[in-house]
Amino acid sequence: MCRIGAIKSLDYTHPSQALLLMQSQQKGHDNSGFAMVMHDLGGIFESYKHLPTLSLACTDEGVKVAEDILHAAGFNRVMQWVPETNPLPGLDINAMPNYLFQTYDYPKHVRHLGQKEKEDLLLNMRLKLRKALERDEMGFAYSFWPDVVTLKEIGDPKDIGTYFNLWEPDSKFTAKVITAQCRQNTNYDIVRYAAHPFHLQGYTTLANGENTFYLKNVELQRELHRGYIGFESDSQCFLYTLHYVHRELGWPLSYFKHVITPLPFEDIERRDDKEQLLAIRQSLAHLEINGPNTIIGVLPDNTMFTCCDAKKLRPVVIGRNERMVVFSSEVCGINEVLPDRDWETDIYPHEREVVAVTNDLEVQRWRQ
Amino acid sequence: METMKVQNITPNDLYWKIRYNASRCTLCGSCVAACSFRAIEPKVERRRMVFSEGELPEPKQRFSAVPVIKQVNSIKNYCRGCGICEKVCPNDAIGPVRNPDTRHPIITRCLAGDSIKRGGRKNLGSTTRTLDKIRIGRISQMTDPSLDAQRHTFDLLAPFGRILPPAKLPMGVTPEGLLQMQKEAPPVGWIYPVIIGDMSIGALSWRMWEAVAMATAYLNEECGIPVRMCSGEGGMPVRLLKSRYLKYMILQIASGHFGWNRIIKAMPHMTEDPAGVLIKIGQGAKPGGGGLLMAQKVAEHIQAIRGVPKADLLSPPNHQGLYSIEESVQKMFLSFNAAFKFRVPVAIKVAASATSVSVFNNLVRDPYNIVGGFFLDGIDGGTGAAHEVSLDHTGHPIVSKLRDCYLAAVNQGRQGQIPLWAAGGLGKTGDLAADAFKMICLGANGVFTGKLILQMAGCVGNDQGRCNACNTGLCPVGITTQEPALVHRLDPERVAQNIVNYFLAMDQEFKKLMAPIGNSSLPVGRSDALVSVDKPVADKLQIQFVC
Ligand code: SF4
Ligand code: SF4
Repeated sequence: MCRIGAIKSLDYTHPSQALLLMQSQQKGHDNSGFAMVMHDLGGIFESYKHLPTLSLACTDEGVKVAEDILHAAGFNRVMQWVPETNPLPGLDINAMPNYLFQTYDYPKHVRHLGQKEKEDLLLNMRLKLRKALERDEMGFAYSFWPDVVTLKEIGDPKDIGTYFNLWEPDSKFTAKVITAQCRQNTNYDIVRYAAHPFHLQGYTTLANGENTFYLKNVELQRELHRGYIGFESDSQCFLYTLHYVHRELGWPLSYFKHVITPLPFEDIERRDDKEQLLAIRQSLAHLEINGPNTIIGVLPDNTMFTCCDAKKLRPVVIGRNERMVVFSSEVCGINEVLPDRDWETDIYPHEREVVAVTNDLEVQRWRQ
Repeated sequence: METMKVQNITPNDLYWKIRYNASRCTLCGSCVAACSFRAIEPKVERRRMVFSEGELPEPKQRFSAVPVIKQVNSIKNYCRGCGICEKVCPNDAIGPVRNPDTRHPIITRCLAGDSIKRGGRKNLGSTTRTLDKIRIGRISQMTDPSLDAQRHTFDLLAPFGRILPPAKLPMGVTPEGLLQMQKEAPPVGWIYPVIIGDMSIGALSWRMWEAVAMATAYLNEECGIPVRMCSGEGGMPVRLLKSRYLKYMILQIASGHFGWNRIIKAMPHMTEDPAGVLIKIGQGAKPGGGGLLMAQKVAEHIQAIRGVPKADLLSPPNHQGLYSIEESVQKMFLSFNAAFKFRVPVAIKVAASATSVSVFNNLVRDPYNIVGGFFLDGIDGGTGAAHEVSLDHTGHPIVSKLRDCYLAAVNQGRQGQIPLWAAGGLGKTGDLAADAFKMICLGANGVFTGKLILQMAGCVGNDQGRCNACNTGLCPVGITTQEPALVHRLDPERVAQNIVNYFLAMDQEFKKLMAPIGNSSLPVGRSDALVSVDKPVADKLQIQFVC
């Protein structure tokens, strides 16, 4: 079973906090990996917020292939950060030779284009990189998006932290939103892409659970959007549904919950908005999820939210103080990160609830 | 001695031979009176009896004429094996025995010079059914716990009506961040995933039809199970058309348009909309054939409801004026949609065929989004009357065809937009919940069933040649006859009760199937929940092979 956690803070926060959050929950997961996606970056990335950053793990050849593709497309590298690694003997990590975070400027001919066109281009580039790097497992292009970086690795999370020096807080590598998870998808083959959080065009999700409507979701999603690929994990479906509902259909976030866990028909019948809810349930029946789940998501505007399956068979708790909100599968994780918070303000969301945190840390609770 | 005529018909030529035990028979006559086919009759036999009266054995013989019950040797009044004589005999003196040496199929054709007609369904002995080679093999145990069939709530509903692709929903976002309908979407009814199949009021006796209608109303109003019943071609009583119960009925129109005159005349007086309209293009039991109601069943009330004289009522094999799928879409759907002002979903029923997927694709791609359901009827479906050669040899099994249609929709990302409803031999083993559930996992939204409903009512027919006389108007249990004496054998209240109870049991069983796979709403298309012990079946249906 996974444990998931996420931090949203008014201050730029170092990933050591995410490690801390996850470390105390380690009994619940099998320590098979560590993955995180950071949004709203500080430190060395702070002045490049509007430019896309590529998060890449690859071989030497992979570096060349990726850079060639981006240069050929007209992207110019403006910044590169190669995390210093600590290859101590005995670390349980299955490391790739290179980890790169490269920020690029847009090609000249697209600089004047609108947001949408640029975003489509970024997605196309990432898909192209992914495809090219698949050959001989040259590498993994996790994300290519402004103000977002991703790190995923196989091994013991503690050792992965040591390897990347993530236990040592610094001000270089920070973000206001950090989502993390400490497990590879051990149900199937170990694939680096299969570890959540997953990211697509500014949307990030991670989940604890099992989506028994996986096949239904996949069969529809495959045809919905070119970016809906991979499906290495049943939790990817949540990301694609979020992206589809919020970005492609343009519906407010609250309707994501209505899509994945629609109200029972008899409840819909009693609602004023029954026409809309029924239409959603009908037309998006194949995006419904089933099985026990807790989802944490981040939107492109850095709103962070969480919601559960309709029977609430997976836990999540929200703890907070004035400067930080923490989502976690288990409260012990929050106790590490926010030991002095007022416990009474902790939130245990119920099965029909969405808890969303805005950029000024206002915590909103919406009932479905 | 009389010359032997080998061409004469004897019971040995027929499907069933009567087993008769004269020593048990009290000659009460119950069997003869009860046999609606006049397949047995009282006769007198000359018997020799040896007896002795003195103190020492002194055998003498005596000849006497004794009344007995004999089987009629005729291809007209042949025994159907219905077993009614056995049922009514107080002494277990008589009953039918299957005759494996029958020459019936040959001699009937030789003598009549006409194709054989009957009711029922395919009688050719088949191998194990495909559905019985499939199991629900993905059981939730650890990380995705099973649900509790008793305690949890389940959403057991299926759509009837055209479902728009999400991007085409006429919805906008208000300044308050709420979705708002900007215009109406096509009507969709959410109903129980088992529709009571289309059996017409002419094919069924009025008591039977009434019993089914009664059960439907009871299930809806007292049990909260929103079952819908399809009228079949031939209309329905005006009183029902004007009643509030109309909302539980799906009106059928077929190529004969029987009954529609009345329906149209009743429209201004309707207080409720019907649940839907089903346009019947074809039927699984006799694909390519139209409806057939033999004159013997066209009783007075049928003449009134259908607006016809007493005669064989044949619906043409196709809808006149339909040349293409597009044409059917435009003409029929638009006119029926319009008739009910676009408030009532309109669906289409076709016989499963090698070409079903192309038909389905055409409908799925129809840009007007008006086809509200694709009812696919397989070869094992039942019928009131058809040519035996059609029943036994034409048609297409339903399981793979339904799956093909579903996967065709998946390939286009259009699954669910035209709800798929399947039928054709489902529930044949008596267990409709399991069959329906497997079909749903393979991609059906729901199923429809007719023959099984008759069996709930007491139909004694089966697919091994028992009875199947629905076309004759002599149904021995009063289900498919208009003969008052036979109809009175049927107790409509008991029939309704049986149907209601069956649905209640089935509802429980659906939950018992959904709970272990951990789903609280119908697992439409969840083929990952199924496994098959048969490799070709697994490959064809794209499910996991296990052994
Ligand atoms: S089995 Fe049926 S058809 Fe045959 S003799 Fe008995 S009652 Fe008549
Ligand atoms: S019992 Fe009636 S309904 Fe059943 S097969 Fe015989 S004639 Fe048909």
